Parts: sequence; C-alpha cells; structure tokens
Amino acid sequence: MTSYPRVVTKRMEEHPDDSHTIKRYQATGGYKQARRAVRMTREDLVGLVEGSRLLGRGGAAFPAGLKWSFLAPGRPSYLVVNADESEPGTFKDRQLLERDPHQLVEGVIITAVANEVHHAFIYIRGEYAKPARRVQKAVDEAYRERFLGKGIFGSKYDLEVTVHLGAGAYICGEETALINSLEGLRGEPRLKPPYFPAAMGLYNQPTIVNNVETLSNLPHILEGGVDEYKGLGHDVDTGTFLFSVSGHIRKPGNYELPHGITWRELIFDVAGGLREGRQLKTWIPGGASAPWFVPDDHLELPITKDDTAKAGSMLGSGAVVVMDDSTCVVRAAERIVRFFSDESCGQCTPCREGTTWLEMILRRIETGQGRDVDIDLLLDVSDNISVGLAWPPKMTTICPLGPSAVSPIISITKYFKGEIQAHIQRGVCPLA
Amino acid sequence: MSRWRQETRERARQIMARYPQKRSAVMPLLYLAMAEDGYLTEEGMAEVAELVGITPAQVLAAASFYTMYKREPVGRYLITCCTSISCMLLGADDVLHALEDAAGVPHGETDAEGVISVEHAECIGACGGAPALQVNYELIESITPDKARELVQWLRSAHPEVVGTDELQNLFGGSPSFDWAIREDFGAIGPYPAFSPLGTAAPVGGEE
Ligand SMILES: Cc1cc2nc3c(=O)[nH]c(=O)nc-3n(C[C@H](O)[C@H](O)[C@H](O)COP(=O)(O)O)c2cc1C
Ligand code: SF4
Ligand code: FES
Repeated sequence: MTSYPRVVTKRMEEHPDDSHTIKRYQATGGYKQARRAVRMTREDLVGLVEGSRLLGRGGAAFPAGLKWSFLAPGRPSYLVVNADESEPGTFKDRQLLERDPHQLVEGVIITAVANEVHHAFIYIRGEYAKPARRVQKAVDEAYRERFLGKGIFGSKYDLEVTVHLGAGAYICGEETALINSLEGLRGEPRLKPPYFPAAMGLYNQPTIVNNVETLSNLPHILEGGVDEYKGLGHDVDTGTFLFSVSGHIRKPGNYELPHGITWRELIFDVAGGLREGRQLKTWIPGGASAPWFVPDDHLELPITKDDTAKAGSMLGSGAVVVMDDSTCVVRAAERIVRFFSDESCGQCTPCREGTTWLEMILRRIETGQGRDVDIDLLLDVSDNISVGLAWPPKMTTICPLGPSAVSPIISITKYFKGEIQAHIQRGVCPLA
Repeated sequence: MSRWRQETRERARQIMARYPQKRSAVMPLLYLAMAEDGYLTEEGMAEVAELVGITPAQVLAAASFYTMYKREPVGRYLITCCTSISCMLLGADDVLHALEDAAGVPHGETDAEGVISVEHAECIGACGGAPALQVNYELIESITPDKARELVQWLRSAHPEVVGTDELQNLFGGSPSFDWAIREDFGAIGPYPAFSPLGTAAPVGGEE
C-alpha cells in the first residue's frame, strides 16, 4: 500500500506511548510555533493562514484565514474550539483530542494571538469524558509552563483557556447553537444574519469558532511554511484530511490522506476492502448529512471537494460509511433520518415535523406496513423540507440540519427504487 | 440556604470563576448538581439558579434540552448503547436487546435494584469500533451481544467503585476505532462524565 505523509497524526504514530504528554510534545518541537506566534502581528498570522488556504475541517470547508479576517473590531473577542463531534460516522477529532491534545492547545494559542483573543473555550461533547480529561490535563500542563495564563511565553500576552463539556445534543455542533449552549441557554441555532459569529458571537462579542482538526494543523503551517503545506494537498484542497472510515469495511479507522486519491483506493487499498464474500453496495462519502455514492458511478472519482460536489455530495467532516450487499437500504436510511429527527431542536416546522414524518414512513416500510404511495410521499415530505431537492440543498430553516435529513431519501430513491418497491410489495425486506 | 455541602459549594465557586459570565457555568453546575444528588433534582436546579442568578424555570429550560441531564433517578451504572448507522450496520440492535434482556428492563429504564439503567443513543464517536457502548460515559468498542450480557452480570457482581474505560475494554471489548495506546488514569464514579473540574474523575485502582 502507498504510504502518505502524515501531519496531525504523525506524533501519535511515531510515539504511541506518550504522544499526549507535554514532555514528548516539546521533545518533538512542540510549542516552538506558539512561542513564535506571540511575537508576530495579527496581519502576519492571518496572512499566513490565508496563504495556506487552510479549509475548516468541521464540515463546511470554509477558509480559516478568511473567517479570521472577518473578525469585527469589538473587544473582547473570543475563540471557541468546536469539539462537539457528533455526526454519525465521525470519530477523528476524538483521536486528536486523546492522542495529541497539546497539538490542539498550541493551535489554540496561535489562533488566539492571531485574533487578539484572551479567553478561549474548548467545547467538548459530554460523552467524550476521556478526551476531555486528556485535554484538561494538557491545558493544566501548559498553564504550569506559563504557555497559558498571564504573560505567556514571557510576553505581555494573557490567555485563559476553559475546557467546557456539552451534555448530549448534536445540534450544539452548529456554531451558533454552540455559542448559546456556552452561554448557559438551550443549544438552539441563532437566526441569521449575522452570518458569522466573527461579527457577533459569544456574549454578542466577535467570536471565532473553529474545529479541532482545523486548529491542529496550525503549528505545522507555521513550522513548515505555506508552500510546504500546500504541497501536501491536492490543488485547492491543501494539506491533509482525516477520513473516518466505518461500517462494513475490513479496516475501519481514521486515515490521514491527501485529497485526490480515488474512492476505490480509499475503500479497497487503504481501508482493506469489504469483508469476505461481500460486495460494495453503497457508501456515504461525508457523514450522515451527505448524499450517498454507488460503485458504478463513483468508485473511480477522485476524492476532492469539487469532484464530490459536482457528483452531488460532499466530504463534510470526512466520515465514510461503507455498506455492503447485505444492507437493507430502507433500514439504513431510517436510521439516519431517525438521527436527524432525534436531534432536531424543534425551532423550525419543516425540520421538526418533516423529519418525524420521514422517519415514520421509512419505519412503516421497514416493518412491512408500507404502501405504494410511500415513495412519492417520502419525496413530497422531503420537498417540503428542502424545496426542489437540489444539491446543495435549498434552505427553508434556520440551520442546515433539517435539509440534511433529505439526503438519505434522495439517495435511496435514486439508486435503490426497485428495492424499496419490493420491500413495500412483499411486506418484508427483499434481502431477508 | 444552600443544601449543598461546603465542598460542593466551593467547587461551584471554582467552576464559575472559569467563565467571564456566571450564566455560562450553568452546564457544569448541572453536572455538579447531578453528582451531589445522583440525578438532577428540583432542589439541585434551584441551587444552580440561585448560584448564577437566574430563575429555576430558566435552568429547567436549559437542562431539559440536553439528554445527559437526567431528571429522573438512574442506576449506579448507566449503559448507553449506540444504535446509529455505523453501529447498526454491525449489529447494535442485537447488543441493545441483549442488554435489555440481561438487565431485565426495556431501554430508557432502570432495574428494580437501581443498579443498572439501559438507554440507546445516537452516535458516540466510536464508529470505527462499532458496535460501541458506554458505561457512565466510559467507552467499550466492538462489543458483542454475549459480552454485553456478561457486562451486566459483572457490573452487578463486581460493583466497581470507579468505572475505568481500559478495564471495560479489556474485559468486554474488541477492536477499537484507533489504537488507544496509553492507559487512562481516571474513571467515572457515577452516571455523569468523569472530569476533574467537576470533581467527578477518580483514579482507577491497582496500576501504580
Ligand atoms: C447541524 C450541524 C452540526 C455541526 N456539528 C459540528 C461538529 O460537531 N463539529 C464541528 O467542528 N463543526 C460542526 N458543524 C460546523 C460548525 O457550525 C462550524 O462551521 C465549524 O465548527 C467551523 O469550524 P471550521 O471552519 O474549522 O470547520 C456543524 C454544523 C451543523 C449545521
Ligand atoms: S433546521 Fe432543525 S435543528 Fe436547525 S434550527 Fe431548525 S429545527 Fe433546529
Ligand atoms: S455510529 Fe455508533 S459510535 Fe458512531
């Protein structure tokens, strides 16, 4: 198998026993870039990150440097690290949090300095107790070394970091919901505009929200420089990308890869292919919100943001869920729709009602109570949630959660209509 | 007058000091209230309201939004079984049934002895080690229905003071999402996350 250069998972690969300790972190060059950053200007740092074309790894692939350049002049400003990772199929941030927490802390320092932030929050989903303990320990160690706190690295710069635990709500991953949650409110997304928390966020102050993996890249961008970082990637997709591969696959796991390899390479070479005697049926290329791919149309497609978008889907947060020929697509779609229905915050009628309906119709087909009109009904309800069933979806709601629930419906009706019809007509799963 | 122990009140003060505005401490204080009473009681929420200076109704509005704040008593060991897509594909529904069967209660409920609660949940970020579950938010990856039954028996007979993820994984787990590499020093003491600022992380025994 080809080996690919590692950036954010390099230390844990080379030093598995202690990659999480400050000792190992510093012995491998850690905190040198944060120390340097404290002596750099905001313009230089934002310019560097813009130059690297680092794209957000939380799902929307928004350019990090551009986001930072939007920061409104109001002060104080805040930084919130999004470690709420909860989209089914995604488990990459967990590995970064557990295995290399200092890399994140260093990324936090760099980002804080670049955005003149003096208080940063790391919002970790409540179920990630062990990752949160590792991060808190790293933060405590950094305070002890005076890399955090008053006058960091012997400068006049003060930086406080608070590790905050969520309490079981996927929607808090949406950045404005995350901010509400951090204010002690219900974790409901805020109405837009303002479109960016950088204009108005936590306590109505300018706020930068970035994903764990995004920030974990920063020490490396500063260390290697913009050109080296761009060289690791493929065209506009600079750097590496962490894929979480799960489902019916021989070697599930997180894989740090450059863009541009094909789906065939990822599924069959990198992740070991399917289990004995099984065929690939379909896969989700970028998390529960993404429309699915099928072997006939997509296996040779290069994995890039553009190619994926052109084919009507997205890489999202990098979750690849593989399904083999034993999979009942009705059941799989039901499970994904149930997720969105469970996690809808309920503010918008199309999302709240629509996801409940979709779940009910799918369940009724699955349990043999389906009716001939159900396929049309599924599409009808979907159209009410996301008008025209376009990609990217049209928004009828405050946040993209509602429209995301339509992706599995579009996928199964497009590629597996016959199977759904057979399911309805026979009253049992045709694979059973 | 506060019902909370001096120690808990001191802890609450430290937690509030971590935030620029007191109200931001609502979430950690709700965990503290759970740790104090075993679950989130009316009194606990009133205490939180008073500490941060909002009404009990505002605290309830926030608390009721999040699934990890349990407003009914739960067992000493809360077993949370993921049934989202990646786990479902690899047999999570059978694991959930095995748990319900061994515990003698349907999911969402607690056994008569108050020892074990079973619930199902959406993705817990362990999809590469599917099917996965947590005991008091300490993880087991690649569990089987048989191992799930054994887990319930073991919790009932061994009654561990501190639930440690490595012990659970060694006894009941299979291949993980990624190499865990290093043993974890701390574990959970109740059905809420073990996290040092909350005072809920206890050392796991026997190793040092
Ligand atoms: C429903 C929903 C859930 C989200 N969940 C997460 C999440 O768990 N982690 C994350 O980093 N971003 C998540 N996002 C994206 C965030 O809103 C935000 O774009 C991101 O944290 C910005 O960081 P980045 O630019 O570094 O990617 C979610 C968005 C939506 C609409
Ligand atoms: S789309 Fe759904 S989750 Fe998003 S704000 Fe509206 S109701 Fe809440
Ligand atoms: S789907 Fe079960 S842990 Fe993610």
